[in-house]
Amino acid sequence: MESLKTYILITVFFPLIGSIIVGTTCRIISNKTSHIITTTMVFVSTVFSTKILYMYSFQDIQVFEKTLYTWGCINGTQLEIGFLIDKLTAIMLFVVSFISFLVHIYTIGYMNHDTGYNRFFSYISLFTFAMLMLVSSNNFLQLFFGWEAVGLASYLLIGFWFEKESAIFANLKAFIVNRIGDLGFLLGLAGIFCCFDSLNYREVFTRVEEVISNNSITLNTVIQFDSISAVTFISICLFIGAMGKSAQMPLHVWLPDSMEGPTPISALIHAATMVTAGIFMITRMSPIIEYSETALIFILFIGTLTCFSMGLVGIVQNDIKRVIAYSTLSQLGLMVAALGASAYSAAIFHLVTHAFFKALLFLGAGSVIIALHHEQDIRYMGNLKKYMPITYITMLIGNLALAGIPGFAGFFSKDLIIESVKISHTAFAHLSYYFLMISIFITSFYSFRMFFLVFHTNERINKHLGKIKESPKVITIPLIILAIFSSISGWVLFDSIINDYFSIAIFNKNHNILNEIIHELHDSKHLFLHGLISTPFILSLLGIVISWYLYCKNPVLTEKIRNKMNIFYRILNNKYGFDDFNQYVIANLTKKTGRILWKAGDEYIIDGGLVNGIANSLKNMSNFVKKIQTGRLYNYVYIMITGFIILLLSLLLNFS
Amino acid sequence: MIVLSNYLMFSCILFVIGLTGIFINRKNIIILLMCIELVLLAVNTNFLAFSRFLGDYTGQIFVFFILTVAAVEAAIGLAILVIIFRNRGTISIRKMNNLKG
Repeated sequence: MESLKTYILITVFFPLIGSIIVGTTCRIISNKTSHIITTTMVFVSTVFSTKILYMYSFQDIQVFEKTLYTWGCINGTQLEIGFLIDKLTAIMLFVVSFISFLVHIYTIGYMNHDTGYNRFFSYISLFTFAMLMLVSSNNFLQLFFGWEAVGLASYLLIGFWFEKESAIFANLKAFIVNRIGDLGFLLGLAGIFCCFDSLNYREVFTRVEEVISNNSITLNTVIQFDSISAVTFISICLFIGAMGKSAQMPLHVWLPDSMEGPTPISALIHAATMVTAGIFMITRMSPIIEYSETALIFILFIGTLTCFSMGLVGIVQNDIKRVIAYSTLSQLGLMVAALGASAYSAAIFHLVTHAFFKALLFLGAGSVIIALHHEQDIRYMGNLKKYMPITYITMLIGNLALAGIPGFAGFFSKDLIIESVKISHTAFAHLSYYFLMISIFITSFYSFRMFFLVFHTNERINKHLGKIKESPKVITIPLIILAIFSSISGWVLFDSIINDYFSIAIFNKNHNILNEIIHELHDSKHLFLHGLISTPFILSLLGIVISWYLYCKNPVLTEKIRNKMNIFYRILNNKYGFDDFNQYVIANLTKKTGRILWKAGDEYIIDGGLVNGIANSLKNMSNFVKKIQTGRLYNYVYIMITGFIILLLSLLLNFS
Repeated sequence: MIVLSNYLMFSCILFVIGLTGIFINRKNIIILLMCIELVLLAVNTNFLAFSRFLGDYTGQIFVFFILTVAAVEAAIGLAILVIIFRNRGTISIRKMNNLKG
């Protein structure tokens, strides 16, 4: 146990140390020193997280739950730093540090010659630390710390190229949209604190069932909540927080814009850190959320909606990174739908496999972008397989995994989610099932549309770019490693996941979906064979074939379809008008309200009425007094005598 | 028969004349001094009348004091007046509003 504690501390805090060292000395040290320091730190962290994962998977050790430091005490409430390590945390620690390590290596090649090289390394290490802190916490306060620190780091990184106006816009947008989610999250935490009077996971989780059964909690806000509705309120608030971080509709708008940051950071945000925080948090909160049917339906609904509608937008995007960004949104929707169907293990499984292939896709896209000297538009690519064989093959593996072709990682997790939603007892799960099926088709269609347009078809590359060559080894090696993981992680993990790997970490109230699924799917080999004839596979194959036909074989037809479906095309191209709505309605409304408050509230009432008003009234009063002070004796005497007479009269009247 | 009220009436008239003089007079300081003198005399008359009426002579002693003060005041007042005249070349009250706010 003692050694485990050391491992955890090393895993979590080494990236922070690296970040601080490089961050404080970034103007002094050379580029080489900075990447050596941070990458080593994250490498050490990865090694120890692997060790932790190994211990939990094969040595069957106890859950580690310990408060290490109390940094404050308010009215009897301890504010603590503590760690809760179980299988769920172990796998998250591994995924986060491992992906982050690969991204660190990749960055050495990608950010080469950038002026903010050292700063960038400091930021991504900080980002890693924040996420590790978030997943390993044992209390809500530390969770919130990690939550906000992730938000801060993403803000810094999205706006990394701060000379670009669009980057500033994007990072502000990400920050503000996340604030909205965080408000929900904070309300949820406040609700938990009010109801359970504790911030510790274990204390809260053990008390939930008890207080629900004897109806002993009430949440008195404006409305009075009884136990069940209080839990529903808390769950939905927490989920709103997750919607912000995990970019669910309608708080998804920041994620496509976060493409303004450098590509390694897109990979980090989309694969390991940030967007997975919401999924992880909801999974961690399963003992609370399970008790609220309403919240589960809400989660399922939002997840399905995001999965379906964001996939459609992915079809019309032309920026290589944006296509992948929309696929992330769609895949996150899929995970959230799994959460809504109470299939938490499936969601985490997909999170892990998705982390591998999405990081792969982003880093591959970055490799393409570097090779084409920062050209991101897929209309000006084509036939790159001739020049970049390694990127080509790894991207192919990534896309096959994303499309869910049997044998690749995405297939196992996606199939598990689809099956779980199918047999789920959450209301409307059947409807959701059909939408998810369509999304699978859409996913494979747009991912291969991007793939074909980039690597096949005829060359449309700008001629003056010169000779295009394969990226250097620091870029291709992470791609190869990720490609290997994208191929094998499904095989490796599926059998343990379906045998209830997360049984301690995840709570299921009524029934465990996995127990039902295991009768159908048995193990990975069975699923693989079964998958070759199943509907999802046929749908995704159909998606690939159709995109091949439309973009490689018969591009004229594509043009025709686009002209026919112009109105749909425009709706999708405007991303359903979310951006315009936010820009013109919400932002303008806020600006107008701010203006009114500024003009009426601040300038008129406070400045005009209170500050200047007091001064003015004094001035007016003294102006009046000044008029009395004529300097003429007879006026004074007159006033004096009149006053005296009035005094006498009042005395007389009083006496009589 | 001259009774107390006659004296009081007389002093009252004297007092009001004095005050009115202070109010209305806008011309010069000498009239102002004279009016103050009148007001003081009205007070003196009151003192005397009550002293006689009540048989208490303290009042008459006060009258002496007041007369003395009045004499001193007239002397100092006239001295100030002379200095004002020297400095300004006028003794008009209307122009003496240097303390105007």
